[in-house]
Amino acid sequence: MLSEAEKPTAEFLDVAIWRGNAKRGVFHSYKVPQLENQTILDVVSYVQRHIEPKLTYRFACRVGMCGSCAMMVNGRPMWTCRTHVDRAMRGIMRGNPLTIEPLRNLPVIKDLACDMSGFFEKWTRAEGRFHPTRTRSEAIEAISPDSDARKAANEAIECINCAVCYAACDAVTGNKHYLGPAALNRAWTLINDQRDGGRNLRLSAVSGKGGCHNCHSQQSCSNYCPNELNPTMSITGLKRETTKAALKREI
Amino acid sequence: MIGVRLYLAQRLSAMVMVPLVFGHLAIMIYAIRDGLSAAEILSRTQGSIFWGLFYGLFVIAAAIHASIGLRVLAHEYLKIGNTNLNLLTGLIGSGFLILGARAVIAVTL
Repeated sequence: MLSEAEKPTAEFLDVAIWRGNAKRGVFHSYKVPQLENQTILDVVSYVQRHIEPKLTYRFACRVGMCGSCAMMVNGRPMWTCRTHVDRAMRGIMRGNPLTIEPLRNLPVIKDLACDMSGFFEKWTRAEGRFHPTRTRSEAIEAISPDSDARKAANEAIECINCAVCYAACDAVTGNKHYLGPAALNRAWTLINDQRDGGRNLRLSAVSGKGGCHNCHSQQSCSNYCPNELNPTMSITGLKRETTKAALKREI
Repeated sequence: MIGVRLYLAQRLSAMVMVPLVFGHLAIMIYAIRDGLSAAEILSRTQGSIFWGLFYGLFVIAAAIHASIGLRVLAHEYLKIGNTNLNLLTGLIGSGFLILGARAVIAVTL
């Protein structure tokens, strides 16, 4: 039995969903029963289950943890499972449809599903891998939660790899080599991890032609991050540390 | 498309330019108090090692700063690749340097 919030109202929502492939695509219009409490992912799921079974999209946890359901909603990158229709339609003039598109700055596979491989390759290129300094037979290093480095790492560590920041970034649009906010944010958390031994390797990795210095500090990443992280701040930290390392000729 | 060295060069050249811009603006206000004439400017600058060094440094810093800035724009908006980008940066930088040096030489020698 449907709860009060799940009962459809008398109204229908006009939805325009981008459908296509890597080469071309167009918006298709759908009418979806409006509920009192409804997320963007609910809308997409309704279309796929009741109107267009071939609609392709990606989701998993539905609770804002897995980072797989991000899409462009009314032109803005958002996590669709935690974005309610009411919020997405705020500021949109009456009569205009709810538009849903695949994430910007990533190649489309089909409909709303993007190819994320380039996004994750950049994490590897930014040396986003942990370089252990101890073996499993050694005692675990004690890290003080009050240390400045740990606090800096904690501020940036809750990234769910949803690529919302990557889709929001104009530097990514302009420069295909640019590693992007998520990969650089990851690099910053490892720079501040006292247990990590790959500092200079990582500082070199984020100092190349697609490195942190290509960020224009426009802060769209911080503006749109669903977990309210501040990748611009992380990138600024990387610029500072790479500058120091370059002046000391360590990189 | 810049790495840490070009980034540093652009920031350092900006830092050099900040006091020079304020100095230049102050001199402009001071210089025009009795009207502006070429003879008056040249009487102050010709033969002056100080003004030669002041504007010489200004030209070098501006050439470095502007060529790196335009390099970024050329890559992001015109999609120019690395080799041509290096060529373009060099050409723009040397162009500004030559034009600026000619102007500095003309008013100080």
